[in-house]
Amino acid sequence: MTATLSYVPAPGAAPRARMLAAQTRMELTLLLRNGEQVGLTLVVPLLLGFFFNLPLLYSLGGRRIDFVVPSILALSVMSAAFTGLAIGTGFERRYAVLKRLGATALPRATLLLGKTFAVLLLEVLQAGLVCALGFALGWHPHGDPLWPLLLIALGTVAFGGLGLLVAGTLRAEVTLAAANLIWMILLFCGGIAIPLSKFPSGAADALRVLPSASLSDGLHSVLQDGGGFPVRPFVTLLIWAAVALPAAARWFRWE
Amino acid sequence: MNDAAGPAVQVTGLVKRYGERRAVDGLSLTVARGEIVALLGPNGAGKTTTIEICEGFRRPDAGQVRVLGLDPLRDGAALKPRVGVMLQDGVGAYTGARAGELVRLFASYARQPQDSAALLDRVGLADVAATPVRRLSGGQKQRLSLALALVGRPELVFLDEPTAGMDPQARRGTWELVAQLRADGVSVVLTTHFLDEAEHLADTVVVIDSGRLVASGSPAELARSGAEGQIRFRAVSGLRLSSLVEAMPLGTHALEESPGRYLVVGEVSPQLLASLTAWCAAQGVLAEQLSVERRSLEDVFLELTGRELRA
Repeated sequence: MTATLSYVPAPGAAPRARMLAAQTRMELTLLLRNGEQVGLTLVVPLLLGFFFNLPLLYSLGGRRIDFVVPSILALSVMSAAFTGLAIGTGFERRYAVLKRLGATALPRATLLLGKTFAVLLLEVLQAGLVCALGFALGWHPHGDPLWPLLLIALGTVAFGGLGLLVAGTLRAEVTLAAANLIWMILLFCGGIAIPLSKFPSGAADALRVLPSASLSDGLHSVLQDGGGFPVRPFVTLLIWAAVALPAAARWFRWE
Repeated sequence: MNDAAGPAVQVTGLVKRYGERRAVDGLSLTVARGEIVALLGPNGAGKTTTIEICEGFRRPDAGQVRVLGLDPLRDGAALKPRVGVMLQDGVGAYTGARAGELVRLFASYARQPQDSAALLDRVGLADVAATPVRRLSGGQKQRLSLALALVGRPELVFLDEPTAGMDPQARRGTWELVAQLRADGVSVVLTTHFLDEAEHLADTVVVIDSGRLVASGSPAELARSGAEGQIRFRAVSGLRLSSLVEAMPLGTHALEESPGRYLVVGEVSPQLLASLTAWCAAQGVLAEQLSVERRSLEDVFLELTGRELRA
């Protein structure tokens, strides 16, 4: 131990941009270092993408891969922004990480923004891998690439709000179970793995308002069918975001 | 700074209830700038609750708290960059992060942080800088937590049981560091279970029990206040104790604990000792193995709270 350090006070907060950059880097590093997170957000979607492309569960008209890639993109967003964020944040709350950060100069908003950027960067990685797999399997995307990007960004905000709502109100163990269960339900009944057209029409109409279905629908309408701006999915996701974020902000308990 | 002259912490009539129980019950205390104050008390005395109110984690039910002249709840954003915090029980930080990463992350929150590597070295964690937090030992986590509290060059630090779980060597090192904080002008509020820690470090010890202040002062003042002490010696058995007591200052008692072993109880002072040895000389008695025992802070603490510290 050297004793030459001076502790003469020189307090002050760093510029927000520097905090945000450091926080984003830390959050992303931790995401990529966590084996379960990597499995959930990177490996599982790729494996599912590969398997859904095999004509096992149900048959699809047209090119199967053109259905599968948008589904897997929607799944990736849900995995990263909802399940991954909820579980990670739930345990951070449990282990007093959020409490400890609350005693630093880091503003809450910068912390949440850092988490959001980390999730977005993770999604860039996911999307790159999913699209690469798709192209390898003969995927032909259609439509204006701007709309999918917009949908993914909005989906991230909506799912992220829901993930923080779960993480901020339930115990960490319950969050872990709930986030995985919801992920599974939305995967199969939320318009991702199985097209809603395979469901009875009444059920399909009800399921169509789910955030997973909206994101999936929107991505399919553009990438698979070459449609224009997907108004209905966009508006539905907007409503989910507008409900989830304020609810998370209102009920989130930091300790 | 207009508030630079005021106290570092000013707590007045603080009350915090958890249900029916009053965890803090009308507590008042002042921490002067550049001073080390130790909150000492048994478990459940209200030390952590008091500190966490000062840190802005909890809302008081009554009373006033000013930290560096600011309200911890209302002025949190202005206050947090100026205050370093060490929470009780572990680091409270990303368990997957490495020790060095965490110090650098916390450094990035500060305008003029300490050099992360030098600070890690100072708390003896240079060798485990690349170790994930969850693999650190309890004492290493405590030292990391201390580094995180200091990296932003705060003017005031709250250390909640800073040496819990540390081995004796690390405790010594931490004491030296805390003493250096004071030397460099940092105000320190710490809670502790260890009397020797309070005695060694603190300028002012605040003894808290059941959410109330029961005594405060420098360790020496506390040990002296109304101090009874005792003197033991050996001599031939059967000394005339009534004659001895008459020769002593008023309020002194004496007894022969067992044949030839004597105990004198009273306010131990140079005069008492002088009268005792003078009386022995007059009697032609040689007092052997004479020992003077003054009250320790521990005796004071037991007397004040009627409890063991770690009960």
